[in-house]
Amino acid sequence: MAMNEVMRKSISDNIDTITKRWVEQMKGNSSERFLDLMPASIVETTSREFTELMTSNLSDQEKVDKERLDEFTEKIIHFGWSIKFINRAIDTFSSVVYELFYENGILNDGNLRKGVSIFANWINPLRESIIEEYSTKWERTDSLQKIALQELSASLIPVFDKISVMPLVGTIDTERAKLIMENLLEGVVKQRAEVVLLDITGVPVVDTMVAHHIIQAADAVRLVGAKCMLVGIRPEIAQTIVTLGINLTDFSTTSTLRRGMQKALQMTGRTIVEEE
Amino acid sequence: MDHRSSIEINTEWDIVAARQLGRNEAKSTGFGTVDQARITTAISELARNIYLYAGKGKIEIEPITVGQRTGLLIIASDEGPGIADLQKVMEDGYTTSGGLGAGMPGVKRLMDDFRIETEVGVGTTITATKWLH
Repeated sequence: MAMNEVMRKSISDNIDTITKRWVEQMKGNSSERFLDLMPASIVETTSREFTELMTSNLSDQEKVDKERLDEFTEKIIHFGWSIKFINRAIDTFSSVVYELFYENGILNDGNLRKGVSIFANWINPLRESIIEEYSTKWERTDSLQKIALQELSASLIPVFDKISVMPLVGTIDTERAKLIMENLLEGVVKQRAEVVLLDITGVPVVDTMVAHHIIQAADAVRLVGAKCMLVGIRPEIAQTIVTLGINLTDFSTTSTLRRGMQKALQMTGRTIVEEE
Repeated sequence: MDHRSSIEINTEWDIVAARQLGRNEAKSTGFGTVDQARITTAISELARNIYLYAGKGKIEIEPITVGQRTGLLIIASDEGPGIADLQKVMEDGYTTSGGLGAGMPGVKRLMDDFRIETEVGVGTTITATKWLH
Protein backbone atom coordinates (compact mmCIF):
# COMPACT_ATOMS: atom_id res chain seq x y z
CA MET A 1 0.00 0.00 0.00
CA ALA A 2 1.27 3.48 -0.83
CA MET A 3 2.24 5.58 2.13
CA ASN A 4 -0.54 8.12 1.67
CA GLU A 5 -3.10 5.29 1.55
CA VAL A 6 -1.74 3.97 4.84
CA MET A 7 -2.03 7.44 6.27
CA ARG A 8 -5.59 7.85 5.02
CA LYS A 9 -6.65 4.55 6.52
CA SER A 10 -5.02 5.38 9.83
CA ILE A 11 -6.78 8.73 9.95
CA SER A 12 -10.19 7.27 9.24
CA ASP A 13 -9.59 4.53 11.83
CA ASN A 14 -8.58 7.12 14.42
CA ILE A 15 -10.86 9.97 13.46
CA ASP A 16 -12.45 10.10 16.92
CA THR A 17 -9.09 10.36 18.66
CA ILE A 18 -7.92 13.01 16.22
CA THR A 19 -11.05 15.07 16.63
CA LYS A 20 -10.86 14.82 20.39
CA ARG A 21 -7.20 15.82 20.57
CA TRP A 22 -7.77 18.62 18.09
CA VAL A 23 -10.56 20.12 20.20
CA GLU A 24 -8.43 19.83 23.35
CA GLN A 25 -5.42 21.53 21.80
CA MET A 26 -7.51 24.23 20.21
CA LYS A 27 -9.13 24.97 23.56
CA GLY A 28 -5.72 25.12 25.18
CA ASN A 29 -4.26 27.86 23.01
CA SER A 30 -7.14 29.75 21.55
CA SER A 31 -8.49 33.18 22.24
CA GLU A 32 -11.49 32.58 20.00
CA ARG A 33 -14.67 31.88 21.84
CA PHE A 34 -16.15 29.47 19.34
CA LEU A 35 -15.18 26.38 21.30
CA ASP A 36 -16.42 27.79 24.60
CA LEU A 37 -19.63 29.42 23.45
CA MET A 38 -21.04 26.88 21.06
CA PRO A 39 -23.07 23.93 22.30
CA ALA A 40 -20.97 20.78 22.62
CA SER A 41 -22.92 19.00 19.89
CA ILE A 42 -22.15 21.69 17.32
CA VAL A 43 -18.48 21.77 18.29
CA GLU A 44 -18.46 18.01 17.94
CA THR A 45 -20.04 17.87 14.46
CA THR A 46 -18.09 20.85 13.17
CA SER A 47 -14.82 19.42 14.40
CA ARG A 48 -15.69 16.09 12.83
CA GLU A 49 -16.53 17.77 9.53
CA PHE A 50 -13.32 19.69 9.71
CA THR A 51 -11.18 16.58 10.20
CA GLU A 52 -13.08 14.80 7.43
CA LEU A 53 -12.54 17.73 5.10
CA MET A 54 -8.88 17.75 6.03
CA THR A 55 -8.46 14.15 4.91
CA SER A 56 -10.61 14.40 1.79
CA ASN A 57 -7.69 15.06 -0.56
CA LEU A 58 -5.12 12.76 0.94
CA SER A 59 -5.57 10.01 -1.62
CA ASP A 60 -5.73 12.36 -4.55
CA GLN A 61 -4.04 15.62 -3.62
CA GLU A 62 -5.16 17.47 -6.73
CA LYS A 63 -8.78 17.05 -5.83
CA VAL A 64 -10.02 19.03 -2.90
CA ASP A 65 -13.65 18.08 -2.50
CA LYS A 66 -15.30 21.26 -3.81
CA GLU A 67 -18.76 20.64 -2.54
CA ARG A 68 -17.66 19.71 0.93
CA LEU A 69 -15.27 22.65 1.05
CA ASP A 70 -18.03 24.99 -0.02
CA GLU A 71 -20.45 23.72 2.59
CA PHE A 72 -17.86 23.83 5.31
CA THR A 73 -16.59 27.38 4.68
CA GLU A 74 -20.17 28.59 4.53
CA LYS A 75 -20.66 27.09 7.95
CA ILE A 76 -17.54 28.45 9.60
CA ILE A 77 -18.19 31.94 8.28
CA HIS A 78 -21.60 31.65 9.82
CA PHE A 79 -19.98 30.61 13.13
CA GLY A 80 -17.64 33.56 12.87
CA TRP A 81 -14.32 31.74 12.61
CA SER A 82 -11.60 34.20 11.71
CA ILE A 83 -8.82 33.55 9.21
CA LYS A 84 -6.41 33.38 12.11
CA PHE A 85 -8.52 30.73 13.79
CA ILE A 86 -8.74 28.70 10.59
CA ASN A 87 -5.00 28.83 10.16
CA ARG A 88 -4.47 27.68 13.70
CA ALA A 89 -7.06 24.96 13.24
CA ILE A 90 -5.14 23.62 10.25
CA ASP A 91 -1.79 23.83 12.05
CA THR A 92 -3.18 22.09 15.11
CA PHE A 93 -4.74 19.42 12.95
CA SER A 94 -1.50 18.61 11.18
CA SER A 95 0.48 18.45 14.41
CA VAL A 96 -2.12 16.15 15.98
CA VAL A 97 -2.00 13.84 12.95
CA TYR A 98 1.77 13.99 12.86
CA GLU A 99 2.04 12.90 16.48
CA LEU A 100 -0.47 10.12 15.92
CA PHE A 101 1.47 8.78 12.94
CA TYR A 102 4.57 8.71 15.10
CA GLU A 103 2.74 6.90 17.88
CA ASN A 104 1.43 4.14 15.64
CA GLY A 105 4.63 3.81 13.69
CA ILE A 106 3.46 5.00 10.28
CA LEU A 107 6.09 7.68 10.50
CA ASN A 108 9.51 6.88 11.84
CA ASP A 109 12.97 8.38 11.61
CA GLY A 110 13.62 6.34 8.47
CA ASN A 111 10.76 7.61 6.30
CA LEU A 112 10.49 11.10 7.73
CA ARG A 113 11.59 12.84 4.54
CA LYS A 114 8.93 11.13 2.47
CA GLY A 115 6.33 11.71 5.16
CA VAL A 116 7.06 15.44 5.30
CA SER A 117 6.72 15.71 1.56
CA ILE A 118 3.34 13.96 1.60
CA PHE A 119 2.26 16.25 4.38
CA ALA A 120 3.29 19.35 2.43
CA ASN A 121 1.54 18.24 -0.73
CA TRP A 122 -1.52 17.41 1.24
CA ILE A 123 -1.98 20.23 3.78
CA ASN A 124 -0.79 23.21 1.72
CA PRO A 125 -3.26 22.94 -1.17
CA LEU A 126 -6.00 22.40 1.38
CA ARG A 127 -5.03 25.48 3.30
CA GLU A 128 -4.96 27.49 0.10
CA SER A 129 -8.36 26.22 -0.98
CA ILE A 130 -9.96 26.91 2.37
CA ILE A 131 -8.56 30.42 2.64
CA GLU A 132 -9.39 31.19 -0.97
CA GLU A 133 -12.93 29.95 -0.55
CA TYR A 134 -13.26 31.89 2.67
CA SER A 135 -12.07 35.17 1.22
CA THR A 136 -14.14 34.74 -1.95
CA LYS A 137 -17.21 34.30 0.20
CA TRP A 138 -16.37 37.42 2.19
CA GLU A 139 -15.69 39.47 -0.91
CA ARG A 140 -19.01 38.37 -2.28
CA THR A 141 -20.84 39.33 0.91
CA ASP A 142 -19.05 42.66 0.89
CA SER A 143 -19.96 43.50 -2.69
CA LEU A 144 -23.55 42.36 -2.20
CA GLN A 145 -23.82 44.69 0.77
CA LYS A 146 -22.45 47.55 -1.28
CA ILE A 147 -25.07 46.89 -3.94
CA ALA A 148 -27.78 46.66 -1.30
CA LEU A 149 -26.63 49.96 0.16
CA GLN A 150 -26.68 51.58 -3.25
CA GLU A 151 -30.18 50.36 -3.88
CA LEU A 152 -31.25 51.80 -0.57
CA SER A 153 -29.82 55.18 -1.21
CA ALA A 154 -31.29 58.21 -2.81
CA SER A 155 -34.32 57.70 -4.95
CA LEU A 156 -36.35 60.73 -5.95
CA ILE A 157 -40.03 60.13 -5.31
CA PRO A 158 -42.70 62.10 -7.14
CA VAL A 159 -45.24 62.86 -4.42
CA PHE A 160 -47.49 65.41 -6.11
CA ASP A 161 -47.51 66.94 -9.54
CA LYS A 162 -44.44 69.25 -9.61
CA ILE A 163 -43.26 68.17 -6.14
CA SER A 164 -40.70 65.42 -5.48
CA VAL A 165 -39.01 64.20 -2.32
CA MET A 166 -35.62 62.60 -1.80
CA PRO A 167 -35.25 61.00 1.62
CA LEU A 168 -31.60 60.64 2.61
CA VAL A 169 -30.80 57.91 5.08
CA GLY A 170 -27.42 57.05 6.55
CA THR A 171 -23.89 58.25 6.10
CA ILE A 172 -23.07 60.31 3.04
CA ASP A 173 -19.64 59.59 1.64
CA THR A 174 -18.14 60.85 -1.59
CA GLU A 175 -19.52 57.97 -3.63
CA ARG A 176 -23.05 58.38 -2.32
CA ALA A 177 -22.91 62.14 -2.76
CA LYS A 178 -22.26 61.59 -6.46
CA LEU A 179 -25.15 59.15 -6.67
CA ILE A 180 -27.46 61.59 -4.89
CA MET A 181 -26.55 64.34 -7.32
CA GLU A 182 -27.11 62.14 -10.38
CA ASN A 183 -30.44 60.74 -9.20
CA LEU A 184 -31.59 64.17 -8.15
CA LEU A 185 -30.93 65.87 -11.46
CA GLU A 186 -32.14 62.99 -13.57
CA GLY A 187 -35.32 62.72 -11.47
CA VAL A 188 -36.07 66.44 -11.51
CA VAL A 189 -35.96 66.51 -15.29
CA LYS A 190 -37.86 63.27 -15.75
CA GLN A 191 -40.56 64.04 -13.20
CA ARG A 192 -40.83 67.69 -14.25
CA ALA A 193 -40.47 68.68 -10.63
CA GLU A 194 -40.57 72.34 -9.70
CA VAL A 195 -39.85 71.86 -6.03
CA VAL A 196 -37.58 69.17 -4.59
CA LEU A 197 -37.50 68.37 -0.90
CA LEU A 198 -34.26 66.91 0.41
CA ASP A 199 -35.11 65.15 3.64
CA ILE A 200 -32.10 64.71 5.95
CA THR A 201 -33.98 63.27 8.93
CA GLY A 202 -32.03 60.02 8.55
CA VAL A 203 -28.56 61.54 8.14
CA PRO A 204 -26.70 61.04 11.42
CA VAL A 205 -23.98 63.68 11.01
CA VAL A 206 -23.99 66.87 8.97
CA ASP A 207 -20.39 68.01 8.80
CA THR A 208 -18.90 70.51 6.36
CA MET A 209 -18.48 67.88 3.65
CA VAL A 210 -22.09 66.73 3.80
CA ALA A 211 -23.24 70.36 3.87
CA HIS A 212 -21.01 71.10 0.91
CA HIS A 213 -22.54 68.27 -1.09
CA ILE A 214 -26.06 69.40 -0.20
CA ILE A 215 -25.30 72.96 -1.25
CA GLN A 216 -23.85 71.77 -4.54
CA ALA A 217 -26.85 69.56 -5.20
CA ALA A 218 -29.20 72.45 -4.54
CA ASP A 219 -27.23 74.70 -6.88
CA ALA A 220 -27.40 72.10 -9.61
CA VAL A 221 -31.15 71.67 -9.09
CA ARG A 222 -31.53 75.41 -9.47
CA LEU A 223 -29.69 75.24 -12.78
CA VAL A 224 -32.18 72.78 -14.21
CA GLY A 225 -34.99 75.12 -13.24
CA ALA A 226 -36.33 73.76 -9.96
CA LYS A 227 -36.13 74.82 -6.34
CA CYS A 228 -34.53 72.76 -3.62
CA MET A 229 -35.73 72.72 -0.06
CA LEU A 230 -33.89 71.17 2.88
CA VAL A 231 -36.22 69.48 5.33
CA GLY A 232 -35.92 67.27 8.38
CA ILE A 233 -33.29 69.33 10.21
CA ARG A 234 -33.22 68.03 13.76
CA PRO A 235 -32.58 70.60 16.53
CA GLU A 236 -29.11 69.28 17.38
CA ILE A 237 -28.15 69.27 13.71
CA ALA A 238 -29.38 72.87 13.38
CA GLN A 239 -27.15 73.93 16.29
CA THR A 240 -24.16 72.11 14.89
CA ILE A 241 -24.60 73.69 11.47
CA VAL A 242 -24.75 77.15 13.04
CA THR A 243 -21.67 76.51 15.20
CA LEU A 244 -19.72 75.18 12.24
CA GLY A 245 -20.54 78.45 10.48
CA ILE A 246 -22.17 76.89 7.44
CA ASN A 247 -24.21 79.36 5.50
CA LEU A 248 -27.58 77.95 4.45
CA THR A 249 -29.37 81.29 4.12
CA ASP A 250 -29.86 80.76 0.39
CA PHE A 251 -31.89 77.73 1.29
CA SER A 252 -35.47 77.27 2.10
CA THR A 253 -35.38 75.00 5.15
CA THR A 254 -37.93 73.46 7.49
CA SER A 255 -37.75 71.21 10.50
CA THR A 256 -40.08 68.51 9.21
CA LEU A 257 -41.09 67.00 5.93
CA ARG A 258 -44.72 67.88 6.63
CA ARG A 259 -44.02 71.61 6.90
CA GLY A 260 -41.83 71.41 3.85
CA MET A 261 -44.64 69.82 1.92
CA GLN A 262 -47.08 72.56 2.92
CA LYS A 263 -44.58 75.17 1.82
CA ALA A 264 -43.93 73.38 -1.46
CA LEU A 265 -47.67 73.31 -2.21
CA GLN A 266 -47.83 77.03 -1.48
CA MET A 267 -44.92 77.68 -3.81
CA THR A 268 -46.67 75.85 -6.61
CA GLY A 269 -49.92 77.69 -5.91
CA ARG A 270 -51.92 74.95 -4.25
CA THR A 271 -53.34 73.93 -0.90
CA ILE A 272 -54.85 70.81 0.53
CA VAL A 273 -58.54 71.26 1.27
CA GLU A 274 -60.61 69.03 3.50
CA GLU A 275 -63.72 67.63 1.85
CA GLU A 276 -67.05 68.84 3.22
CA MET B 1 -7.77 55.10 35.28
CA ASP B 2 -9.56 56.26 32.16
CA HIS B 3 -9.23 54.34 28.97
CA ARG B 4 -8.15 55.74 25.64
CA SER B 5 -9.68 54.31 22.48
CA SER B 6 -8.00 54.75 19.17
CA ILE B 7 -9.01 54.42 15.53
CA GLU B 8 -6.65 54.38 12.60
CA ILE B 9 -7.77 56.54 9.69
CA ASN B 10 -6.86 55.03 6.33
CA THR B 11 -10.07 55.03 4.30
CA GLU B 12 -13.19 57.12 4.08
CA TRP B 13 -15.08 54.49 6.04
CA ASP B 14 -12.71 54.85 8.99
CA ILE B 15 -14.16 58.33 9.42
CA VAL B 16 -17.53 56.71 10.07
CA ALA B 17 -15.93 54.30 12.54
CA ALA B 18 -14.19 57.17 14.38
CA ARG B 19 -17.30 59.23 14.82
CA GLN B 20 -19.33 56.19 15.81
CA LEU B 21 -16.80 55.59 18.57
CA GLY B 22 -16.96 59.29 19.47
CA ARG B 23 -20.72 59.23 19.73
CA ASN B 24 -20.64 56.19 22.01
CA GLU B 25 -17.96 57.69 24.24
CA ALA B 26 -19.83 61.00 24.39
CA LYS B 27 -23.02 59.20 25.33
CA SER B 28 -21.37 57.16 28.08
CA THR B 29 -19.56 60.23 29.43
CA GLY B 30 -22.99 61.78 29.92
CA PHE B 31 -23.26 64.39 27.17
CA GLY B 32 -26.71 65.37 25.89
CA THR B 33 -27.83 64.99 22.28
CA VAL B 34 -26.69 68.45 21.19
CA ASP B 35 -23.18 68.00 22.58
CA GLN B 36 -23.09 64.46 21.21
CA ALA B 37 -23.79 65.91 17.77
CA ARG B 38 -21.10 68.57 18.29
CA ILE B 39 -18.48 66.03 19.35
CA THR B 40 -19.40 63.62 16.57
CA THR B 41 -19.25 66.37 13.97
CA ALA B 42 -15.91 67.64 15.28
CA ILE B 43 -14.45 64.13 15.06
CA SER B 44 -15.86 63.82 11.56
CA GLU B 45 -14.09 67.03 10.50
CA LEU B 46 -10.79 66.05 12.12
CA ALA B 47 -10.86 62.55 10.68
CA ARG B 48 -11.73 63.86 7.24
CA ASN B 49 -8.84 66.31 7.35
CA ILE B 50 -6.49 63.44 8.13
CA TYR B 51 -7.95 61.42 5.25
CA LEU B 52 -7.85 64.34 2.79
CA TYR B 53 -4.53 65.96 3.59
CA ALA B 54 -2.33 63.41 5.36
CA GLY B 55 -3.70 60.19 3.87
CA LYS B 56 -3.49 58.38 7.16
CA GLY B 57 -3.32 59.03 10.85
CA LYS B 58 -5.31 58.29 13.94
CA ILE B 59 -8.06 59.59 16.17
CA GLU B 60 -7.85 58.95 19.89
CA ILE B 61 -10.72 59.51 22.27
CA GLU B 62 -10.41 59.57 26.05
CA PRO B 63 -12.79 60.50 28.85
CA ILE B 64 -10.87 62.73 31.28
CA THR B 65 -11.35 64.21 34.72
CA VAL B 66 -9.54 67.36 35.83
CA GLY B 67 -10.46 68.46 39.32
CA GLN B 68 -14.22 68.69 39.41
CA ARG B 69 -14.62 68.69 35.68
CA THR B 70 -15.30 65.75 33.43
CA GLY B 71 -14.85 65.86 29.70
CA LEU B 72 -13.92 64.12 26.52
CA LEU B 73 -10.49 64.54 25.01
CA ILE B 74 -9.97 64.05 21.29
CA ILE B 75 -6.54 63.77 19.74
CA ALA B 76 -6.14 63.75 15.98
CA SER B 77 -2.61 63.05 14.85
CA ASP B 78 -0.92 62.41 11.56
CA GLU B 79 2.50 62.40 10.00
CA GLY B 80 1.33 64.31 6.96
CA PRO B 81 2.63 67.44 5.28
CA GLY B 82 1.82 69.72 8.24
CA ILE B 83 0.12 73.09 8.00
CA ALA B 84 2.18 75.91 6.51
CA ASP B 85 -0.10 78.82 7.28
CA LEU B 86 -1.86 78.14 10.53
CA GLN B 87 -3.55 81.52 10.65
CA LYS B 88 -5.19 81.02 7.27
CA VAL B 89 -6.42 77.53 8.17
CA MET B 90 -8.27 78.98 11.13
CA GLU B 91 -10.02 81.58 8.95
CA ASP B 92 -13.58 80.89 7.91
CA GLY B 93 -13.87 80.13 4.23
CA TYR B 94 -10.23 79.25 3.57
CA THR B 95 -9.93 75.98 1.68
CA THR B 96 -7.39 74.19 -0.47
CA SER B 97 -9.64 71.27 -1.37
CA GLY B 98 -12.64 73.09 -2.82
CA GLY B 99 -14.68 72.48 0.32
CA LEU B 100 -16.50 75.02 2.45
CA GLY B 101 -13.45 75.98 4.49
CA ALA B 102 -15.43 75.79 7.71
CA GLY B 103 -13.82 72.65 9.09
CA MET B 104 -11.01 73.83 11.39
CA PRO B 105 -12.58 77.04 12.70
CA GLY B 106 -15.78 75.04 13.02
CA VAL B 107 -14.12 72.38 15.17
CA LYS B 108 -12.69 75.09 17.39
CA ARG B 109 -16.17 76.51 17.93
CA LEU B 110 -17.74 73.07 18.43
CA MET B 111 -15.27 72.14 21.18
CA ASP B 112 -14.26 74.00 24.36
CA ASP B 113 -10.47 73.71 24.25
CA PHE B 114 -8.55 73.47 21.02
CA ARG B 115 -4.85 73.27 20.29
CA ILE B 116 -2.83 72.61 17.13
CA GLU B 117 0.77 71.53 16.99
CA THR B 118 2.11 71.33 13.49
CA GLU B 119 5.38 71.31 11.66
CA VAL B 120 5.78 71.34 7.90
CA GLY B 121 7.01 67.97 6.71
CA VAL B 122 6.60 66.35 10.11
CA GLY B 123 2.89 66.22 10.84
CA THR B 124 0.03 67.67 12.77
CA THR B 125 -1.50 66.92 16.15
CA ILE B 126 -4.77 68.50 17.15
CA THR B 127 -6.00 68.24 20.71
CA ALA B 128 -9.56 69.23 21.49
CA THR B 129 -11.65 68.87 24.64
CA LYS B 130 -15.34 69.19 25.37
CA TRP B 131 -16.30 69.67 29.02
CA LEU B 132 -19.43 68.37 30.63
CA HIS B 133 -21.24 71.40 32.08
